Amino acid sequence: MKIHEYQGKLIFAKYGVPIPKGYPAHTVLEAEAVAKRLIEETKSNVVVVKAQIHAGGRGKGGGVKVAKGGAAEAKELAQKILGMQLITHQTGPAGQKVRHLYIEQGLEMVKELYLGAVIDRDRRRIAFMASTEGGMEIEKVAEHTPEKILTVHIDPIVGFSAFQARELAFGLGLQQYSKETVGKFVKLMGALYEVMIKEDCSLVEINPLVVLKNGDVVALDAKVNMDDNAEFRHKAQWAEVFDKDEEDPVELEAKDVGLNYVSLDGNVGCLVNGAGLAMATMDIIKHAGEKYGVAPANFLDVGGGANQEQVTKAFSMILKSDKVKAIFVNIFGGIMKCDVIAMGVVAAAKNLGLKVPVVVRLEGTNVELGKKILRESGLAIIPADTMADGAAKIVAAVTGGSK
Amino acid sequence: MSIIVGKNTAVVVQGITGSAGGFHAKQCMEYGTQVVAGVTPGRGGESFEAKVPVFDTVKQAVEKTGCNASLIFVPPPGAADAILEAFDAGLELVVCITEGIPVIDMLKVRRRLETLNGKTRLIGPNCPGIITPTECKMGIMPGHIHKRGHIGVVSKSGTLTYEAVGQLTALGIGQSTCIGIGGDPVAGMDFVDVLEMFNADPDTHGVIMIGEIGGGAEERGAEYIKAHMKKPVAAFIAGTTAPEGKRMGHAGAIISGGKGTAAAKIDALLSAGCKVAPTPSDMASTLKSMLS
Repeated sequence: MKIHEYQGKLIFAKYGVPIPKGYPAHTVLEAEAVAKRLIEETKSNVVVVKAQIHAGGRGKGGGVKVAKGGAAEAKELAQKILGMQLITHQTGPAGQKVRHLYIEQGLEMVKELYLGAVIDRDRRRIAFMASTEGGMEIEKVAEHTPEKILTVHIDPIVGFSAFQARELAFGLGLQQYSKETVGKFVKLMGALYEVMIKEDCSLVEINPLVVLKNGDVVALDAKVNMDDNAEFRHKAQWAEVFDKDEEDPVELEAKDVGLNYVSLDGNVGCLVNGAGLAMATMDIIKHAGEKYGVAPANFLDVGGGANQEQVTKAFSMILKSDKVKAIFVNIFGGIMKCDVIAMGVVAAAKNLGLKVPVVVRLEGTNVELGKKILRESGLAIIPADTMADGAAKIVAAVTGGSK
Repeated sequence: MSIIVGKNTAVVVQGITGSAGGFHAKQCMEYGTQVVAGVTPGRGGESFEAKVPVFDTVKQAVEKTGCNASLIFVPPPGAADAILEAFDAGLELVVCITEGIPVIDMLKVRRRLETLNGKTRLIGPNCPGIITPTECKMGIMPGHIHKRGHIGVVSKSGTLTYEAVGQLTALGIGQSTCIGIGGDPVAGMDFVDVLEMFNADPDTHGVIMIGEIGGGAEERGAEYIKAHMKKPVAAFIAGTTAPEGKRMGHAGAIISGGKGTAAAKIDALLSAGCKVAPTPSDMASTLKSMLS
């Protein structure tokens, strides 16, 4: 799960990671009011108006603007940014509508740094990465100048150790800014480790982390991703920060009934059990159909133990999409029984009507029973023996047999 | 021979009184697996299916039954603790089926595993388990699709393992041992660990290795194959069409920052001398073409 910058900063503040003063705003009036409040509190006319969307690159896309002329200018900027369709390298060409703003005090910085914590899968540790190249896309720094990224790995049993933070701090040259800067960085990194562990984050990134004139270090940005598996430990809190406007509505609908669904650009709906088989089904459709413009419209894993209701729901979701020209049901029943899948497919098809060809490949537990249910349903379902056979029949169905 | 599990594997099922644990414990027993104990804290003294004693702790189960392997169905909030308990009881093998364990918990489990210096093996979590056909099924795979033979199967995906096994059996090719290592970002046995064992097992003559997008386990496997593997390896990588930045079902199946793509994994495997099946329908036939 992703959360907004302002939500991430609230978490930072709770653990003692220094952040600039700021307030969220959801309307232009609110933006003006909190800008006034900030100007009074900080005795400075400079505020920053920041679009809140779940994607990076907001500054480059025009979603972050500095107002030096007080609350009136902040209001004007808020008017421009709120409601805009913000396009960044992470949003895709359609961009993302800006529904929330964060109004923050402007700070005079002397250096922009990068600090991030991720799960390093290969080392099975939390890795802290730091770089003097703050404010840039860190993927690009990693690609072009990997020597500019310093990394330390935290032992999960020992926990955070100050010497590791000092290693990064001296590596970044923080001693040049003030006597206290290294110590401040060590404290900040310790707090960030607490955030990662206690809040069950899969990623915490500060880009940029800035050094101020007085030698303070402050998190100017906050990118915080939560580990979905840990939702049971943070139910109420995560429900509060979850922003459904940032999610694909179909994916949300699927999640509500316990299905894994990802929307794609193609024209063949897929209903599969198991994540690996679901990915492989997408792959074989593209392999067989690429030349003819046939491609998967979705990833859908009904899981190992789906009931008939979930299968019906999954099938209905696929049927509702206009872009779907054919549906491929591919099941290798282990725990999942083929007759359960067959009954779900038949129930959904009878409810909503079959507007497109459906190819069904069943294998595994109760396969004969499943095939019988489909045969006797009176529905025009095209049976397939193997994945390859199914993919070929899907291509023929979409192209009207013209391939 | 075979690897890791066989006739002498005596299994304790942690979470045996739960619905998934009970269902699969029964299936394993019907397959012929020696399920000698169950553990559910607070239910010690009961008996499962009127023949398997239930204990409060894994230690008690070990003392009373001499079990040497654990199969875990404990739900995510208690799963990491259940794994640690099995480690502490000194079992040789721990297989965790549970899906949805927080990664922060798995970091600790994995770190603890490393301190055991190979005394205990962990398979999973979020995996279908392990089977040596006709001898021992420790997991949720459908037993009847397997056939005893000489091909090892190792995979991150459950249903794709079944797919590969189904294809092998249809071609009349049996399996020595099939292992699902699971789709989580931090887990126990890796491709390399399993490949090493298949390489050393005289009863395994070839291997099917099934990977997917995300992480670097397939690339590490490819390095091992290039340097050490004496047997043919046919591979398949799922997720050629997966978009970047989207988690594809498995917690670990995600391409991020351009890393973990199927293309990079396929390249690594090809340059290690593997054949890579062009589609998931060709896994067994690809391996067959490599057997002399």
